[in-house]
Amino acid sequence: MKITFKLFASLQDYLPAEAKRTNALSLEVADATTVAQIVERFALPQKLVHLVLIDGTFVPFAERAGRTLREGETLAIWPPVAGG
Amino acid sequence: MGWTRKILRVDLSKGTCKSEPLNMEWAQQYLGQRGLATKYFVEEVDPKVDPLAPGNKLIMATGPLTGTMASTGGRYSVITKGPLTGAIACSNSGGYFGAELKFAGWDMVIFEGKSPKPVYLSIQDDVVELRDASHLWGKTTWDTEEIIKSSHHDPQVRVASIGRAGENQVLYACVVNDLHRAAGRSGVGAVMGSKNLKAVAIRGTVGVSGIRDFKAFMTATTAAKKVLADNAVTGQGLPKFGTQVLMNVINEMGALPTHNAKDVQFEGARKISGEAMHEKRLSDGKANLITNAACFGCTIACGRISQVDKNHWSVVNSPKYWGATGGLEYEAAWSLGAADGVDDLDALTVANMICNEDGFDPITFGATVGAVMEMYSMGVLTKEQIGIESPFGSAQALLEIAHMTAEGRGFGKEMALGSARLTAKYGHPELSMSVKGQEFPAYDPRGIQGMGLTYATSNRGACHLRSYTVASEVLGIPVKTDPLVTEGKPALVMAFQDATAAFDSSGTCIFTTFAWSLGDLAPQIDAACDGGWSVERLAELGERIWNMERLFNNAAGFTAKDDDLPARLKTEPAKTGPAKGLVSGIDKMVPEYYQLRGWNKAGEPDKETLARLGL
Repeated sequence: MKITFKLFASLQDYLPAEAKRTNALSLEVADATTVAQIVERFALPQKLVHLVLIDGTFVPFAERAGRTLREGETLAIWPPVAGG
Repeated sequence: MGWTRKILRVDLSKGTCKSEPLNMEWAQQYLGQRGLATKYFVEEVDPKVDPLAPGNKLIMATGPLTGTMASTGGRYSVITKGPLTGAIACSNSGGYFGAELKFAGWDMVIFEGKSPKPVYLSIQDDVVELRDASHLWGKTTWDTEEIIKSSHHDPQVRVASIGRAGENQVLYACVVNDLHRAAGRSGVGAVMGSKNLKAVAIRGTVGVSGIRDFKAFMTATTAAKKVLADNAVTGQGLPKFGTQVLMNVINEMGALPTHNAKDVQFEGARKISGEAMHEKRLSDGKANLITNAACFGCTIACGRISQVDKNHWSVVNSPKYWGATGGLEYEAAWSLGAADGVDDLDALTVANMICNEDGFDPITFGATVGAVMEMYSMGVLTKEQIGIESPFGSAQALLEIAHMTAEGRGFGKEMALGSARLTAKYGHPELSMSVKGQEFPAYDPRGIQGMGLTYATSNRGACHLRSYTVASEVLGIPVKTDPLVTEGKPALVMAFQDATAAFDSSGTCIFTTFAWSLGDLAPQIDAACDGGWSVERLAELGERIWNMERLFNNAAGFTAKDDDLPARLKTEPAKTGPAKGLVSGIDKMVPEYYQLRGWNKAGEPDKETLARLGL
């Protein structure tokens, strides 16, 4: 199935070059793939996997190992950031 | 003592400048900057005063940590009655001006009356005088600063000034210092303009002395700096991406007010984001962002210094915009961008430069342009009235309207009113996205419910910096809460409001609170100041300040009816994103908030609350 995978701020360095101007990558993943598995696939440092949203909704740390992705969903991840 | 114990009172009508001792009893109750200056203000000014009349006063105030070794200790605030709102106004700025005022030996400057002719105040330590500013009137803030430094033969003079917007009494004019830092909201610059006060120029060589316990102060400030450095947000995230990193976050979660808050997501958000500012442009191969920058004493350095493509259509014939200068922060990028549907990063950067150059608040300006664009799309306003075709998304319209507002010509004179008065004039007050006359910033209350209560109850009109619950609802600081629910938000908002008032009275920056709590601030103040400053005392101080501001607003004529949001946010559900189908639950939150505050149903503090706080 296809999902959209987005990495922002300093995590965008983990995207392939062609995806850096959009921060987004269309990704083919197996059914029942979890958030944690995608984090592992892209070798994202755990301490930088801070804000995790699926279709804009926050996924708490404790649920990331069990939260499976569904067709068409967008997974977006940020390191610790803030603004104001 | 962190205080110099000395204030400067300038009577512009009489042309006199007098030194007075700081009221130390009040300093113990209100600390400094926002709290202490507001205490002076409410004691001296009739709440019913016309904000632009000579009877209004304007105070520039430092905090006890301003100019010290404390990280971010460069802040000052401008306190007055705001012309945009008619409410108490307190606009906070960084840069180097505040520290220089302290170095000259002053805790605050109180301006009263109105000068018969344009003047500027020159402060060189104890040598203080009002000087003729006829040659500066009509100049931009950039030119004013350059001319003053040149005439003083001293490039280290620090200048805070108004541009043409302040002179023309644009109701959201700023006071700009150090070229691109600003006391930005509520129109404090228009009050300066109404007094014929063009600028304040300071050179301070006295320095800051009298720290209560110097060794303890060094220990406390060093420890607090380590907290900032070790924190991933203040140590890494903010320096690299600035506040603009939020553009994609808030858009993804469907809380980015777009097209005058008709939508909550902007398809062009990524193009105007912090990430985009880092990228090399396709046009000239250079990035918008040149470097980050720090205000006085700051160890975070979130500021943006940007440069646009010299061949961009907006500046190709305007070399003055070719250099590197203050770049987009998140709120300005939102207001000039998403609120208006404009996704041209360089155009937004130039619009922001114009706001700095002539001194007007990009939040209110951009939000007002959004309202104008909506009225244009409805046929309420025409090209002939505005002077340019103005559909959502038009960068050309945004910049032309910015120039007109800066120069006070054509439709710019109407833009000077802000969105509440402008939309009312054309029969559509419901299109103003404002509370108490001030436009709300970059977080949609349908997608971040706590921010709705923040806007509705802010004492200076809609504002994110009075209780930034985004920290909790979005970023998980100090704990993650659900942005889509109203439960628990009244208590959260109140806690943020009180803590923020304490930080705003200290001389430090509110951005430290992404890493610091009052527990990090208290030891620094306690080491600097007499009186024994604990976390509990600072929290109570914040609550006292909040209630003092509220009392002023109530006396000025505000009531519970003013603690509300634009109807759009309560009746038009979010169309997309996680908040799809939701409206703001403001009506559920306000009564609980009043109860927690110890206020009656009319939004007035109870006698018990006032007695407890010593008000």
